[in-house]
Amino acid sequence: MNSTLDRLPDNAGGSNKDSGMELSHEDVKKVALLARLELTDDEIEQQGRNLNGLLHEFEALQGLDVTGIEPTSHAFPVFNVLRQDEARPSLTREAALANAPEARDGCFVVPRILEG
Amino acid sequence: MPEYEPVVGMECHAELLTESKMFCGCRNAFGGEPNTRCCPVCLGMPGALPVMNKKAVEHVMRTALALNCRINPVAKFDRKNYFYPDLPKGYQISEYDFPIGVNGWLDIEVDGKPTRVHIRRIHLEEDTGKLFHVPGGDNESFVDLNRSGVPLMEIVTEFPPDIHSADEARAYLLKLRAILTYIGVCDGKMEEGSLRCEPNVSIRVIGSDTFGTKTEIKNLNSFRAVQKGIDYEVARQAELLGRGERIPQETRGWNEAKQMTFSQRSKEVEQEYRYFPEPDLVPLQITEEWIEEIRQTLPELPDARKQRFERDFGLPPYDAAYLTDAPALADFFETAARASGDPKAAANWTMGDLARLLNTSETDISRSPIRPEQLADMIKLIGDGTINGKIAKSLIDEMFRTGRDPIEIVEEKGWKAIKDTGAIIALIDKAIADNPNVVADIKVKGLTQKKSFLVGQVMKGSQGKADPQEVNRLIDERLSALD
Amino acid sequence: MELIEWTAHEAQQRLTAGEVSARELTEAHLQRIGTVDGSVRAFLTVTADLALAQADAVDERRRRGEALGPLAGIPIALKDNLNTQGVKTTCGSKILENFVSPYDATVIARLRSAGAVFVGKANLDEFAMGSSTENSAYHTTRNPWDLDRVPGGSSGGSAAAVAACEAPLALGSDTGGSIRQPAALCGVVGMKPTYGRVSRYGLVAYASSLDQIGPFGRDVRDCAELLNAIAGHDPLDSTSTDVSVPDFTASCVPQIKGLRIGVPKEYFGSGVSAEVGATVRAAIDKLTELGAIAEECSLPYTEYALAAYYILAPAEASSNLARFDGIRYGLRSRELAGHIGLMEKTRDEGFGAEVKQRIMIGTYALSAGYYDAFYRRAQQVRTLLRRDFDRAFETFDAIVTPTSPVTAFRVGEKADPLEMKLADICTIPVNMAGLPGLSLPCGFAGGLPVGLQIIGKPFDEATVFRIAHTYEAATDWHTRRPTL
Ligand SMILES: [Mg+2]
Ligand SMILES: [Zn+2]
Repeated sequence: MNSTLDRLPDNAGGSNKDSGMELSHEDVKKVALLARLELTDDEIEQQGRNLNGLLHEFEALQGLDVTGIEPTSHAFPVFNVLRQDEARPSLTREAALANAPEARDGCFVVPRILEG
Repeated sequence: MPEYEPVVGMECHAELLTESKMFCGCRNAFGGEPNTRCCPVCLGMPGALPVMNKKAVEHVMRTALALNCRINPVAKFDRKNYFYPDLPKGYQISEYDFPIGVNGWLDIEVDGKPTRVHIRRIHLEEDTGKLFHVPGGDNESFVDLNRSGVPLMEIVTEFPPDIHSADEARAYLLKLRAILTYIGVCDGKMEEGSLRCEPNVSIRVIGSDTFGTKTEIKNLNSFRAVQKGIDYEVARQAELLGRGERIPQETRGWNEAKQMTFSQRSKEVEQEYRYFPEPDLVPLQITEEWIEEIRQTLPELPDARKQRFERDFGLPPYDAAYLTDAPALADFFETAARASGDPKAAANWTMGDLARLLNTSETDISRSPIRPEQLADMIKLIGDGTINGKIAKSLIDEMFRTGRDPIEIVEEKGWKAIKDTGAIIALIDKAIADNPNVVADIKVKGLTQKKSFLVGQVMKGSQGKADPQEVNRLIDERLSALD
Repeated sequence: MELIEWTAHEAQQRLTAGEVSARELTEAHLQRIGTVDGSVRAFLTVTADLALAQADAVDERRRRGEALGPLAGIPIALKDNLNTQGVKTTCGSKILENFVSPYDATVIARLRSAGAVFVGKANLDEFAMGSSTENSAYHTTRNPWDLDRVPGGSSGGSAAAVAACEAPLALGSDTGGSIRQPAALCGVVGMKPTYGRVSRYGLVAYASSLDQIGPFGRDVRDCAELLNAIAGHDPLDSTSTDVSVPDFTASCVPQIKGLRIGVPKEYFGSGVSAEVGATVRAAIDKLTELGAIAEECSLPYTEYALAAYYILAPAEASSNLARFDGIRYGLRSRELAGHIGLMEKTRDEGFGAEVKQRIMIGTYALSAGYYDAFYRRAQQVRTLLRRDFDRAFETFDAIVTPTSPVTAFRVGEKADPLEMKLADICTIPVNMAGLPGLSLPCGFAGGLPVGLQIIGKPFDEATVFRIAHTYEAATDWHTRRPTL
């Protein structure tokens, strides 16, 4: 339990839940919090219906035998795209802050963060 | 009450020494005006894309080799998704299941007891920005993104942990910092946050093979804090268990003023980072050739240098360890030792008067006004009797103050030892003439200890430039010559 | 024929000959926008001042006798998810309503130096998520062929602008069909290049591993010309491939004798309307008549593409859209709250229903325990789809299919999100495999344009252009114009 990997989500290991399950109101709420979306109960219901509808669609994939099939994250295999360690000019502070909803003293301003 | 043993895992973050940030060309530096080293990439502007800094990757490879790790032939980057105001993109680019370095180790020694601390993984990621508050601004925080995207290396020890005391944790951190600074990947400045350590601490009944619930300690920004923080946690947890209470899994912050930890965030609700492969970056293919190329750049590491200092310079282990703690110090000593041909003296002066002068003036050895060659010259002046040890003490102060060559100062101040026996005898005879009763005490009453009074008089007369042994010898001569 | 009906290459000849100035050409298009865009609504922002300044600069350079490129003085519409310095870049979203970009996307920078004239930012489904522009937070663009119908999407504004002669050229982006499907529905030519052919730097990401920027034009040569200008390796995009870029206009020759063309049966299934199916088959007959050898083939994993896409794209999107938190730019909720509440409220107010939906799907698909069942499995399906095409390309030089299973549908007709998603069944597999795909007009069904999709081997846009040009040279569909 002191190791990093154990502090990471289980998604390195195999899926440990049945993906065919229906999502409950609470499940949807949890996903909404993870996604930082404040949804009304109606929206939660609506999202839940759509999500479950899509989950149904996805079940098509569950039937497929993919054992030994490498996952593709890039269409074409490319490696070692690196840049030399050279400093380049940054934006002016004015440009960096120009679109900020609230900025003062050269900083972005947000509501007070309590936890460290 | 049963006897508990601490179980400590170490998670360290080191900011890498590069010109530019991890994924953009903004300058990687400390301090400065807020948000002046930012661009679309490190601000997380819509549409901006990361490009990997080669030097940062090679710094991690270098560290992996120095810590005896295996380097993954293919390493890749992933997105660690979580929301926080100092994390511009809403995810941190990190390495999840294929870090650059794995399965290494580092040897430490506490009270003569050697321990091999195993290292689980070393990976590369990007630093976050900084949040701070200003007095008065009670309900708002300020965000500075100069640090956002600075290359950050995470070094995690193996589980189950090899560290079982705060002293061992401290020794591990000291050794780690020494290695990182030796290989030039990090400046090791804990006070500036370029080296950060988050120990996770649990305790268990000695001999038990199960582990207790761990707590992670944050914002420890000195070696002392790390040691105190762990000691505090161990005591606190023991007390909780003693009272039959359970230990909640949480992150605790270190309060330097109160010298105690406080609960920051409960880890009970497991964070979901939703890792997935970073589609904006391609994987690293690390060939044997590349690894070799990096291996060639590795300098002599602290342990090897310590052993060499013991062997070649005949230094005692303590001195050798002290002098190899930081590369600049070791370089200074080694230059002075070789130039002076008197390693023992070089060690004593470096660890003694020079260290004192550096501390009191809060100067880093790399900026010492006295160059190692100058210290060597001074040691030579003592060796060939040009000056005596007493004068040398004032000389090194003067050298430190002015940065001038010792011989120059000695000439100017006329600090050369008096070699002319005639002149010394003249001073002795004067002292004898001026203090008949002292002479009587010595010769009649046999109070030989009073002789030191005469020596004092003569040394004073010579402004400390006469050699005390010589003076002693000559006084005996002259006294016996009196009969 | 009026100025506004000229293709870019026609206009370029007249500019070079001095028959018309860049300013005249630009003013004509701005005037056209003034006349028809009230009903077509292709643009979110019209940048008249910028356009005229760019046009004058080109005229000045020509006066000084400077050598000018093929795009110098040519008006172009830019999809509003392309960062354009000093210009609003909204992505069709409320959350970026007042966002004025501090930097240029690489393609925009290249067009600036090529002397192109930016007439405006084109409408799109919010963050390019949709197939009709009905998901734009601002308004729905109308199909120039029938104003009651959608132009397709997500690059509907770009396609409509070109079809309505508001600009001869436009840039769009294509993640699952967002260039080709609206090109088909609006009766213009549109291409999604090979993944990595064009830099994505400055394109606001929807699904990073699928997104590509591509050209719209009223004929194949114009698309080739525009692709010439934007293609090529970019050190700012780690996924832009470092391969040489041929002159694509050189491929615009009518010569396809002996070319082998595969016709995958899975693309003519029940989802495809009878008229569209028949029109595309007729186009394939035309290609054989022109010397190509067309044979039926099979891409067996096609049926899994849609489900895999709707896991991968939302998963990447859920992460790509996390940066819109109301702190550094864009909308911030006025409601008082701590920083967590602030982010939640801001994102709730700033994102539309479809975007929230996809963020939810993606967040769920990536969450602990489901990664292997969803994301990883979808990536494995992606591998199978690639193998399908690899195998087909052992036999064929190119593959042809319908671009869209149906012609332009009525605004509001496809309320069911799933039905809407079917609009992309023919185009999604091409993105999943990273291949180049082009759609060009191949006839009409019920008075609405039908598109033919030509799919090529990786980095073989040249062959795609050659087939497209040959067909175009032998037909006149591309010369038909909607009456507005
Ligand atoms: Mg970390
Ligand atoms: Zn930057």
